[in-house]
Amino acid sequence: MKLDLDLRLERPGFAFHAQHQGTLSGLTAIFGPSGSGKTTLLRLIAGFERGAGEIGLGPHRWQQGRHFVPPHRRRIATVFQEARLFQHLDVAGNLAYAARRAGTAHNVASLADRFGVTQLMGRRVAGLSGGEAQRVSLVRALLTDPVLILMDEPLSALDGAARAGILSIIEDLRDEGPAPILYVTHSRSEVARLADRVMLVASGAIRSEGPASAILPQILQTERDELSVMTVTHTGVEADGLCVLAYPGGRLLVPDFAGQRGRPTRIAIHARDVLLARGDAADWSGRLSALNAIPARVFAIEVRGASARVTLDCAGTQIVARITARSAGALGLASGVDCLALIKSVALLED
Amino acid sequence: MTLRLAALVTGLLLVIGTPLAWWLARTRSRLRPAVEAVTALPLVLPPTVLGFYLLIAFNPRSALGAAWLDITGQTLTFSFAGLVIASVIYSLPFTVQPLQAAFAQVGRAPLEAAASLGASPLDAFLSVASPLAIRGYLSAAVLTFAHTLGEFGVVLMVGGNIPGETRVVSIAIYELVETIDYGQAHVLSAILVALSFTILFALYLLNGPGRAR
Repeated sequence: MKLDLDLRLERPGFAFHAQHQGTLSGLTAIFGPSGSGKTTLLRLIAGFERGAGEIGLGPHRWQQGRHFVPPHRRRIATVFQEARLFQHLDVAGNLAYAARRAGTAHNVASLADRFGVTQLMGRRVAGLSGGEAQRVSLVRALLTDPVLILMDEPLSALDGAARAGILSIIEDLRDEGPAPILYVTHSRSEVARLADRVMLVASGAIRSEGPASAILPQILQTERDELSVMTVTHTGVEADGLCVLAYPGGRLLVPDFAGQRGRPTRIAIHARDVLLARGDAADWSGRLSALNAIPARVFAIEVRGASARVTLDCAGTQIVARITARSAGALGLASGVDCLALIKSVALLED
Repeated sequence: MTLRLAALVTGLLLVIGTPLAWWLARTRSRLRPAVEAVTALPLVLPPTVLGFYLLIAFNPRSALGAAWLDITGQTLTFSFAGLVIASVIYSLPFTVQPLQAAFAQVGRAPLEAAASLGASPLDAFLSVASPLAIRGYLSAAVLTFAHTLGEFGVVLMVGGNIPGETRVVSIAIYELVETIDYGQAHVLSAILVALSFTILFALYLLNGPGRAR
């Protein structure tokens, strides 16, 4: 569905102006440093704050000129940082609260079952763990039959195990959910793991928006090092214990891999961990300790001082290598030249 | 008589005080400090001041007093109705302040959650804010009831001392002491002390262990 967004909000010491038009589907991560206005953007969309301007999604016009639809009639579900369950109701009561108002009582049992909260139904809210509470609040949000789901750092209050459980629920919602998701976070690993698209927010404005594969390298670039992002699928383990990661151009072998089996996962490759060689992989077979020598074509070279930044195209994935300018010259690298990228190690994206 | 007055005033004040306290707890208006100050005035003013102004306002020659006389055929001064109105004003802070604190404690978070689940503001108030502020309601009701039970000055000024109409316990005790009937005064005073203690004790008992949820 098409999102039309042009909202301004002035507060003492803070000005926010969000402007964006584009199609929303799957999960769009709203990424930026704290204080940049990510949460403000979410609150403006939900209608908790009233700014000037307009916002609409598909056929729904939520704000335009003087027309302002109050939050409870927008059919936008918000999942907050804290679960915000109602303390005076039990788990079943919290779910019924949403279901009764949306007319979705017939869905309670199946949704509760699907997300593993059936056995919590009679529990008091105060006795739930953080992960259980957030799980209930996700089911409660889904019961509102929303046209858009907003999530405001839903993992940040959770510890490791609970976080993993909620992460995989959010992945399910992204892939098979009823509505597009806008997901506020300042965690790079959450963006890498969850996002189909990324909206970069900084100092009170949306700086850029695009597919995660295009925006992630911007996020991951630091002064010291640069990371490339590759999407792989962990397909199996070889007899000697090496994990097989399939990518469109072939496969990588790594000694250990914590990513989930069978699900596309984004991995990071440090620019300093990529070496370049000329010739065929077969020429090097048995003469090189690096296991992963994958075919690549030079896309661009930027020389700065003694070092060269080489952008490679590996079966559609862009990978950046940092080598010395002298090596680049010795290998005869130039745009369009075929070579081998020797990848020493890969990592799951972490913060 | 006294109990009926206290119960009626408590009921009325919970109805009047709820929207006022709700507004005070949530508004960003610049009027708020002024309204808060007016609400708290009965706490600091001598009852005679309040009683004096009420007496003037209730006077059949004043606009309010005359209107009341036209509609009901009774004067407001020296009547039960007048007492109720006077007590409502006098006990207002004892209702509004606990409620305001309770609503402030509830905060915006659960109400935003309710709105995102499709509850209108009134719906959210009834189904979320009120149940969460239940302790505030309890405190407000008990304090208002106990305070109305024990008031004296305003009642004397506005209501006088008419048996069956405006003679509340505190006034009766005053009269008994004036006529040196200490025996009867002891009985009534002891009843009032016991009653007030019981009510306050119940309040603190209920608020005690659950306070740090």
